[in-house]
Amino acid sequence: MIEAKKLTRRYGDFTAVDRLSFTVESGTVLGFLGPNGAGKSTTMKMLTGFLPPSSGTARIHGHDIIENSLAARRLVGYLPEGAPLYGELPVKRFMDFIAGARGFRGAEAERRIDQALERLQLDEVRNQTIETLSKGFKRRVGLAQAIISDPPVLILDEPTDGLDPNQKQQVRRLIREMSEGKIIIISTHILEEVDALCSRAMIIARGRLLADDTPASLLARSRYARAVSLACDDQQVAASALSELVEAGEVEIRRGLITAFPSGKGDLFQAVSTLARERGWRVSRLQLEAGRLDDVFRTITGESHSEKAA
Amino acid sequence: MRGNLSVILKRELASYFATPVAYVFIVIFLLMAGAFTFYLGNFYEREIADLQPFFQFHPWLYLFLVPAIGMRLWAEERKYGTIELLLTLPITAGEAVLAKFLAAWLFVGLALVLTFPIWLTVNLLGNPDNGVVLTGYLGSWLMAGGFLAISACLSAVTRNQVVAFILSVVVCFGFLLSGLPMILDAFRGWLPQAVVDAIANLSFLSHFNSISRGVIDARDLVYFLLVIGFWLVANRIVIEIKKAQ
Repeated sequence: MIEAKKLTRRYGDFTAVDRLSFTVESGTVLGFLGPNGAGKSTTMKMLTGFLPPSSGTARIHGHDIIENSLAARRLVGYLPEGAPLYGELPVKRFMDFIAGARGFRGAEAERRIDQALERLQLDEVRNQTIETLSKGFKRRVGLAQAIISDPPVLILDEPTDGLDPNQKQQVRRLIREMSEGKIIIISTHILEEVDALCSRAMIIARGRLLADDTPASLLARSRYARAVSLACDDQQVAASALSELVEAGEVEIRRGLITAFPSGKGDLFQAVSTLARERGWRVSRLQLEAGRLDDVFRTITGESHSEKAA
Repeated sequence: MRGNLSVILKRELASYFATPVAYVFIVIFLLMAGAFTFYLGNFYEREIADLQPFFQFHPWLYLFLVPAIGMRLWAEERKYGTIELLLTLPITAGEAVLAKFLAAWLFVGLALVLTFPIWLTVNLLGNPDNGVVLTGYLGSWLMAGGFLAISACLSAVTRNQVVAFILSVVVCFGFLLSGLPMILDAFRGWLPQAVVDAIANLSFLSHFNSISRGVIDARDLVYFLLVIGFWLVANRIVIEIKKAQ
């Protein structure tokens, strides 16, 4: 379990993380979600013992990150932002160093290195110099060093940032595979990632915790949740007809798609499809919207739509 | 503690030899040490079987070569972000500082050991006092340690290796020459004589010269070890202050 209590970090006058308190239970994949500069990385740097908090503290499975930093660090595998590695070393030599620093010696170290390299499919490059590897391989080396001690807590700062879609999928699958019984904290500004990976999401902006919920409940907060979109031939006519439905609240037309937002009365989808059939519109598309995480994100972090569009 | 030290130390040394740094340093060091000894030191013309012409140029060689080794120690870690990897492993910052310093110091020691042909030469040509030669090597290595501790600390100040190099050369130069009027005159006007004398006593040159002549004075040994210790403690503090940036 991780318990953060009023975790705060100031850089001069700037407060990067502002009295952040939360607890995370084992078996959780927690996503830190927030715009750049929101304080996600700083929070991670404090949890991993790199930066001391300005005030407040956290406990990792009972070990205080300030008083008992080494014991806390032993329980944490960490992938820093950008996956920094000693590029001049071959993969295997680098892993030797990490295994040694994590206290593994001899055959035990070899076994763990082999396991980690195998798990991340790095066997073929084990003797290759890290700086000659592609970005995807480097990221995997970063993950391999994080999991070598099979730590109960994994903190991964933007684990898929800068990877191509296939590599992203691969890294996500790995994280999912490893999540059993562990605490995994990932930070990201990619919203789909939270939906795909996390069992819980915390939205952070300007160092403050703004929302803490499951991705599904966050989605339900979207104004798009249960809205109905349709594409048909005469948009203006259809839009005005839709806006007269009791079930519909606001109606908007964007990029050839009419979206009716639910008023909360009755079943909007039913009502829209019945209306379309009755009026004989030629409907090319009719869909029930799930919430949109980017919409929730913007609402919560206080950015307006127009700002984002520009 | 010992285990962690040797793990980091081995990693450091592996990095030296994985890049051209090690080879370039050793080759240049050997070439320049040789050139100074024979051309400027008049090794043959003196017709004295000792290594004084060899050792007397070491301070000047180290002035530029040791900061070149030291400049990358922390500046590179900070530039590439590996400092975050290193200092979130279950090792203390003190262990990291000490191990990185020791690795570089051993490396300089290796370069020094590789000058052994000159020792063979002098033994072939005459009968030198090998005790004096040995203390000369010891003094040279200790002085290199002093330069290195300064460079290591200053390389933690910046993530730019060139800045680290220049700062280190300047501070090393100050320590090297602090016994000379050029440095002392700057303090003489406004500091009490006792402090000026203390500054004069900080000079690497005077302490090194006595050791390299074969005079082992505990004060000279303690002096270099204190300089190293002081700068390593400072290194540890600078890292703590600077890692947030």
